[in-house]
Amino acid sequence: MKADLYAAGNATRIDGPLLFLERSLDVGLNEAVEVSGADGRPRLGRVSALDDDFMTIEVLETTQGLALNETRVRFRGAPLHFSLGPDLLGRVYDGVGRVIDGGPPIAAEQHLRIEGMALNPARRASPADFIETGISSIDIMDSLVRGQKLPIFSGGGLPHDALAIQLARQSRLRGDDAGRFSIVFAGIGIPHDTAEQFRTAMERSGALGHTALFLNLASDSSVQRLLTPRFALTAAEYLAYELGHHVLVILTDITNYCEALREVSASHGEIPSRKGYPGYMYSDLATLYERAGIIEGRPGSLTQIPILSMPSDDISHPIPDLTGYITEGQIVLDRNLHRRGLYPPVKVLPSLSRLMKDGTGRGFTHEDHPDLANQLYAAYARAVQVRVLANVVGEDGLTETDRYYLRFGDSFEHEFIAQEERRGLEASMEIGWRLLAALPASELHRLSDAQIAKYIEPHHG
Amino acid sequence: MAEARLHWVSGPVIRAVPEGDFAVNEAVLIGERRLLGEIIRLTREEIVIQVYEDTTGLRPGVRIRGTGYPLSVKLGPALLGNIFDGLLRPLAGGEAIHVEPGMRAAPEQTFAFCPRLKDGDTVAGGEVFGEVSRNGVTQRVLIPPDVAGKVSHIEPDGDYSDNAGLVTVKAADGKTHTVGMQHTWPVRVPRPVTRRLPPDRPMITGQRILDTLFPIARGGKAALPGGFGTGKTVLQESLAKWCDADIIIYVGCGERGNEMAGVLHEFPQLQDPRTGRSLMERTLIIANTSNMPVAAREASIYTGVTVAEYFRDQGLHVALMADSTSRWAEALREVSGRLGELPGEAGYPAYLSSRLASFYERAGRVTALNGEEGSLSIIGAVSPPSGDFSEPVTTHTKRYVRSFWGLDRERAQARFYPAVHPLQSYAEAVDELAGWWRERGSPHWRERRARLLKILEEQDQLERMARIVGKDALPPRQQCILLAGELINQGYLMQSSFSPTDRYASPERQSVMLGLITRYIDLALQAVEQGTSVDTLRGMPILRKLQRMKEDLGEEALDDYAELEHELDDAFAALKPETVHEG
Ligand SMILES: Nc1ncnc2c1ncn2[C@@H]1O[C@H](COP(=O)(O)OP(=O)(O)OP(=O)(O)O)[C@@H](O)[C@H]1O
Ligand SMILES: [Mg+2]
Repeated sequence: MKADLYAAGNATRIDGPLLFLERSLDVGLNEAVEVSGADGRPRLGRVSALDDDFMTIEVLETTQGLALNETRVRFRGAPLHFSLGPDLLGRVYDGVGRVIDGGPPIAAEQHLRIEGMALNPARRASPADFIETGISSIDIMDSLVRGQKLPIFSGGGLPHDALAIQLARQSRLRGDDAGRFSIVFAGIGIPHDTAEQFRTAMERSGALGHTALFLNLASDSSVQRLLTPRFALTAAEYLAYELGHHVLVILTDITNYCEALREVSASHGEIPSRKGYPGYMYSDLATLYERAGIIEGRPGSLTQIPILSMPSDDISHPIPDLTGYITEGQIVLDRNLHRRGLYPPVKVLPSLSRLMKDGTGRGFTHEDHPDLANQLYAAYARAVQVRVLANVVGEDGLTETDRYYLRFGDSFEHEFIAQEERRGLEASMEIGWRLLAALPASELHRLSDAQIAKYIEPHHG
Repeated sequence: MAEARLHWVSGPVIRAVPEGDFAVNEAVLIGERRLLGEIIRLTREEIVIQVYEDTTGLRPGVRIRGTGYPLSVKLGPALLGNIFDGLLRPLAGGEAIHVEPGMRAAPEQTFAFCPRLKDGDTVAGGEVFGEVSRNGVTQRVLIPPDVAGKVSHIEPDGDYSDNAGLVTVKAADGKTHTVGMQHTWPVRVPRPVTRRLPPDRPMITGQRILDTLFPIARGGKAALPGGFGTGKTVLQESLAKWCDADIIIYVGCGERGNEMAGVLHEFPQLQDPRTGRSLMERTLIIANTSNMPVAAREASIYTGVTVAEYFRDQGLHVALMADSTSRWAEALREVSGRLGELPGEAGYPAYLSSRLASFYERAGRVTALNGEEGSLSIIGAVSPPSGDFSEPVTTHTKRYVRSFWGLDRERAQARFYPAVHPLQSYAEAVDELAGWWRERGSPHWRERRARLLKILEEQDQLERMARIVGKDALPPRQQCILLAGELINQGYLMQSSFSPTDRYASPERQSVMLGLITRYIDLALQAVEQGTSVDTLRGMPILRKLQRMKEDLGEEALDDYAELEHELDDAFAALKPETVHEG
């Protein structure tokens, strides 16, 4: 890295997060700076535009308290970097990677750019290792594999935190090659309680030692929210690709991230796209989500579970919509199921795992797993349709077959989706077969005769 | 070449002071790392450049060099079977795990060359001057479209580098041109053809819902819109695997890295059912994933279509899949925004529609410059925000394509794939394509297709009615239509891309299946008329057999379908005695 350069007394204007300086030094676009005012507190920023005479600095924390005369800028000569070493686990950081647990700083071995460069698609390995989460609606219907990015689409008051904690604690690989496992948790604009809840849960399960927590709390600078997931992902990439860990990254709450993005975009005077969010939000989110994956010839993997709350439970809102267009599926939580006391309230129809096909079936889970999932999907989709019909015409207006579906729908929600304890894959599959056996065999188009003979008929006893 | 000095930079746009003559759309190289850019605006005092790479580190004073050429790509035999970025720079083979900025030349490669011309021959642009081969794959090599004259020298048989000059052509104006296996062509300029031809036959995709209901002609254009997760990519990949084109150009534009890796890992292991060779040999991937620089996303579509035209000009049938054109349009919007242009509908620039038109116009069945017939079919995925088809990219695209395959969220959620909605999709070339089916022994294709669509429409209306009065209240004939609709959907239109038996359906298998389904419907309606209850029909084992035939009887079991037909007839024949009404 180049030696730091300083500039003082050449600020000409401060406008929201933007600081305008006369260009007295030869610096490059996107290079990192630290801006401090009379209070002496350094604020991170970056060079966002340059011309012959002036430069624009985007301050990534609040500009409150900065005055033109006392502003001092330190140029780092390179884009924002994060200094990392193997002892980074078991520690707590603020939203921009500074240790805040009172312990010593980490012994840095590498300095990595926080804006990860795009992975060469030709160097990616295809994710295919099934992760058993112990949750039937995920394991059977929308399986998670290592290296996947699978967000949870939730809403205010829904138990997404509990689900994320459960996933972090009880997920495991089948077979013995578990490898080294670590967790990176990035709290983005979350309340202190949520952060604390996650920390204690990890502590109680003894997992805190291999967890790194990055906390940008609701009370912290909102502009900084744009940096928090980038610091966290840089740490995760280091763990995965340099140290060979299998890393699970939990990012919560992406909605807060997008709000910050909108705020910053507005302050730049950019023309907004849908609902005031910037037109580049898709590309911006992609630079986070696409950092999940596996690299050919390297041992580790980076799996992402971003959590977002859908404004007004609306899945067509730009935040879930653009996320769904980038991630490899989504687990959607449902207020209705939650109200009825069912946990986890996974709304299976709009949920999807795109990588499921690569990590399930013969040689991965069980040869009949994909067909079982398909049949359950088809049957439950029909059950939901019949339910709508029954609300209008009453149960009496239904055909006999439809009445079977109505009952299937209820038992599927109560016995399959809802669960109190962890279930192994086989146990989940067994419940699935049993529930299907309550439908007339002639309805099970997605199963072969052999599958019906093997799994369905025994239940007819 | 002209030079310029950078004086303003922000994001992917830079401004510079020219010291010499530049042209609009000229490619430029920026700084020591030789970042690639293109001039998009030009005045005497200033040039505005769109940079195709990460601009981190650029600063006032950096030198910019013109190349003298518009943004171009090098076309040649080394392309097939490989993966490139949006500017046709190779992605495979390097050590770096990240996409590094800066120009990289493609490594030199050797091919066995066999000339087709001799000294003294007259040649015109686009003519085939020889063949090159490597690893059992032979390709033609072309005189560039803009070169013509007399051959003053041509190299004999032998192994040559793809950079070597092979033919010397003396033009009428006295200039000599040295032509090798590769030539460059500007991506934004369509390659010329002798004549455009009308559609004559379908491009067979192996997907029943497309080939039977909503076919695309060879040289046709189709749009595939759908919300996230409705199955655009899987369908595009299925087409790339099984359609009967000679060459596949797969453009991943602003989509997922894992999907590109997936194609790269899967295709070499699959066999082309027509040639028995690896599917990767006929495929070329252009990948500009969502996290790669946005400006290059805009260029990648043009790069893809230019490469596709190059293969078309060799007399080949080419299919180009673009996933997703919406990301391309968004890139257009982003760059336009940075230039401060006046935004139109949903922020897109006013020229969105004309850009889409000129992209799809590059599809077609043609007589190439060398007299051979070739074709380029384009299938563009569209990703409408919230899955709403009334947004600008979908509506404008609709004006320029002839096949429209609208994907439906509800179908996708019930895991009914391909989720193409039969009542929201259409194909215009049906009449032109019926002849092909007739010649292939399926004279009834057009009527059967119409029949299916009619039943599906009726089913939809009846279902709406049933939502008010209850299904049981419908008269038996209408209940039977509901049953028929279900069978068409479940037994015929549904087709899993992941089923080894059913991922591909040949025209022959489609024909026999379609025959069976229509026969069943005839028999069932007749039986109901004669008093059989729909419940009895539902309980018949033959119904399940028809529902399952797609999975149970694969391509190798075509003969068993004839047997199934007998079974079908017998089953209904056996019905009659029981249901004769008294009196
Ligand atoms: N023809 C098909 N056969 C079987 N499964 C399918 C088919 N089409 C889609 N699917 C299932 O649906 C999932 C989503 O499909 P796909 O990735 O093609 O959606 P998409 O429309 O491209 O979404 P996005 O716009 O987000 O890229 C797939 O991972 C697969 O599980
Ligand atoms: Mg897709």
